[in-house]
Amino acid sequence: MGVIGTVLILCLVFVAIFAPLLEPYSYQSQNIEIMNSPPSLTHLLGTDDFGRDVFSRVIRGARISFVVGVLSVLISVVIGVIVGSIAGFYGGVVDIILTTIADLTWSMPAILIALLIVAVTGAGLESVVLAIGLSYWAQYARLIRGQILSLKSAVFIEATRSLGASDFVLLFKHLIPNSLSPVIVAATIGIGNAIVLEATLGFLGMGAQPPTPSWGAMMSNGTAYLFIAPWMIIFPGLAMMITVLGFNLFGDALIDVMDIKNKDSI
Amino acid sequence: MSFLKVKDLQVEFRVDKKMIKPIEGVSFQMQKGEVLGMVGETGSGKSLTAHAIVGLSTLAGGVIGGSIKFEGQDLLSLSEKEMQSIRGAQIAFIPQNPMTSLDPVYRVGDQIIEALRQHVKISKREAKLQVIEVMARLNIPNPERVFHQYPHQLSGGLKQRIVIAIGVCTNPKLLVADEPTTALDVTVQAQIIRLFKEMTVERGISLFLITHDLGVIAQVCDKVAVMYAGNMVEFGSIEALFKNPRHPYTKALLDCIPTIGMAKGSLSAIYGSVPSSGVYPSGCRYHPRCPYADEQCRKTMPPLLEVEVENWVACYKYYGKK
Amino acid sequence: MEKIIEIKNLSVSFAVRGGLLLRKIGTVKAVDDVSFSINKGEILGVVGESGCGKSTLARLILRLIEPTRGSVTFAGIDILKLSKKVLRQQRRHMQMVFQDPYSVMDPRYTIFRSIAEPFQIQNIRFTTEEKRKKVDDLLELVGLSSEHGFSYPHELSGGQKQRADIARMLALTPQFVILDEPTAALDVSVQAQIIKLLEGLRERLDLTLLFISHDLSLVSYFCDRVIVMYLGRIVEIISADLIGKNPHHPYTQALIESIFKAVPDEKSTAAPLEGEVPSPFNLPRGCVFASRCRYAQPICLEKSPNLEESGDGGQVACYFPLDSN
Repeated sequence: MGVIGTVLILCLVFVAIFAPLLEPYSYQSQNIEIMNSPPSLTHLLGTDDFGRDVFSRVIRGARISFVVGVLSVLISVVIGVIVGSIAGFYGGVVDIILTTIADLTWSMPAILIALLIVAVTGAGLESVVLAIGLSYWAQYARLIRGQILSLKSAVFIEATRSLGASDFVLLFKHLIPNSLSPVIVAATIGIGNAIVLEATLGFLGMGAQPPTPSWGAMMSNGTAYLFIAPWMIIFPGLAMMITVLGFNLFGDALIDVMDIKNKDSI
Repeated sequence: MSFLKVKDLQVEFRVDKKMIKPIEGVSFQMQKGEVLGMVGETGSGKSLTAHAIVGLSTLAGGVIGGSIKFEGQDLLSLSEKEMQSIRGAQIAFIPQNPMTSLDPVYRVGDQIIEALRQHVKISKREAKLQVIEVMARLNIPNPERVFHQYPHQLSGGLKQRIVIAIGVCTNPKLLVADEPTTALDVTVQAQIIRLFKEMTVERGISLFLITHDLGVIAQVCDKVAVMYAGNMVEFGSIEALFKNPRHPYTKALLDCIPTIGMAKGSLSAIYGSVPSSGVYPSGCRYHPRCPYADEQCRKTMPPLLEVEVENWVACYKYYGKK
Repeated sequence: MEKIIEIKNLSVSFAVRGGLLLRKIGTVKAVDDVSFSINKGEILGVVGESGCGKSTLARLILRLIEPTRGSVTFAGIDILKLSKKVLRQQRRHMQMVFQDPYSVMDPRYTIFRSIAEPFQIQNIRFTTEEKRKKVDDLLELVGLSSEHGFSYPHELSGGQKQRADIARMLALTPQFVILDEPTAALDVSVQAQIIKLLEGLRERLDLTLLFISHDLSLVSYFCDRVIVMYLGRIVEIISADLIGKNPHHPYTQALIESIFKAVPDEKSTAAPLEGEVPSPFNLPRGCVFASRCRYAQPICLEKSPNLEESGDGGQVACYFPLDSN
């Protein structure tokens, strides 16, 4: 299964990088004459309501999904690791405050937080990345806090402290590097979630603005033509499903490779 | 006929597609009522020998060679089902760690009853009376109260007594104890070792005691077997072994023990470290650490020979001395 | 004799919390009113069973745990009054070897990197060449070869790991070293190797050692003086030569009696000490050992005895100290 996941992700990366070369048509060239035409040899996945080639747009969409997924997870992980490791390492009041903030974020639906942020910053790709990044950090914070809590009483931490190491050295040279493997796994699976959230925002019209072909926006657009041109909604949906599946399979395989003991925490 | 006779025991395990032989060439015998000690360092194969005797190593995927005769019956030829009726009833096993060998969700009394009723057909009420009697005999203070307690409510020493009670409640003939006091404080260790001594003397139970502590052996056992890297290197009476150790390893091991009143700087050490199974040296497995080793020791493994009545040793350097 | 360490009334207690609201339900006095000093060049032993506070004491002296009360003076400096930053620099003079060699090094670091880490932490700058030489020297000093530097901790045996840990703590050329059960996880033959190594190092490097162990035989062999602890308190301080001959505290005597001699002819006849170390939680007043002491009198349950001179250079905390005569 891990192999399938790896292959799927590699395909996505390949498509995302070489999107301009792989598109048979420009993703934004319109042609009213052939609008809403079904899949055929000239237009493999059909065309949309502006007569744009769905296949080209799905390919271009992969690039957007991938970039949004990776960047937003990166933001989540950085915030989560900093907040979580400080909470776990210092404990006490610091821990209570940070954990409460994380729990509050965690208990709100991610879509709500994201919508709130997009509402403030305005729609657009950058705000989508930021919104998703700020919606999902709590899970990484909780994960790394748990890791740090159990590691900070390890003998090698005490030994290094007795050499005169500062908190900074202990955290960044020993505790965090030793806590990262479950975070990496969670982040891999998290990219899948981020892609879904991006699509949801796009579906609600809060994501990338037209004519940028985000999968979510394409599906949203397709709802109006559900019975006339179902391919407008089916193919971006399929692309997304395969992508998310790929990240999930890859993440599961990583759990075994990285020999992570406490699998439930991910 | 010997009570327990182990001949040329070997245990093999498959690890990563490779066969390793953590135990090879283990032979010894004990008479009824005797206390036999087995001593050795980490990885010497002493625990595996105990597991082989109680039939636990086959369950763990081991392949056993040689023979283990208990009252004339070859235990290795028995099916798992037949072995189950012997294990617990006639041969009891006391595992190393009392902290993990009790089930935390059951009252300790019920755990002893369960062990008893597996082999003896009696009612629960009768069983309870018997169990409390056994607990009292093991110097468990206030046995009626302890009976209803959970493992986490008991101290380390009490837990170990409960584990022993589980072992002896069926009146076994042979008790196999794997480092029964290692996890305990020194003063409690003294109590438990004394308890073992009483059980063997007063109730005639034979004891096969595994330990890394030569002091415990000297105080409790009649005979002792010394293990090194999966081989038995020496076997004999404790008087002979402690006064006149024949194998260089036994002698060196005795010299490693610090004692009160020993002159400073007089402790000696064995150079090098114990090889791990799978990468044993050729010939005598002790030869890389032995100051007397020669060409023969490096090439062929010395057999365990009876150099005096009931005293066995596996060392080329000793065979000639006699 | 020059005193290198002086400890006065050192105490630490931990709050025990329970229930859903984690209310404080009592305290555990892990180390209670401990005072002693260590002479320069001396090996002082600390012996006791689990829960006696010996490991906590080590961490208090190095200020890895903050005490509730008391003072620790090292070479005239009050360790407990130092700022965090000065303390970090001070740490290079006081080092510790830990009990469990299996987890004392970062599993992601090679032995070389672990041994070189102290230089980096203490801002001692070396060229790559000098650093390699330093680490190789340290490895050789503890009986390892420079090849061991390339290994990861899990690739070494327990004894080799303990040697590597000793090399690491020697990197900063400390004057005072605490050894917290350095051989408890090792086999006897390997224990003997480590003890021999420490004997040699002490001679060569002029170290002052505090050696913590549960093994009275080992402590009496290796140390000059021995502190016997029970439930957080010092019950006796005795010269190592006198342990076998004239222990003053009933608990010291009980520890001696619970040793199994590796001599079949000398079977121990003394009845072992009854009961077990009680829970340190909310101890009753009076002598900590009174509940297990066969000589206990009513006064022992009333008031805790002070540590007083025993007459032969040691100290004992007992109203009715034993006398061999």
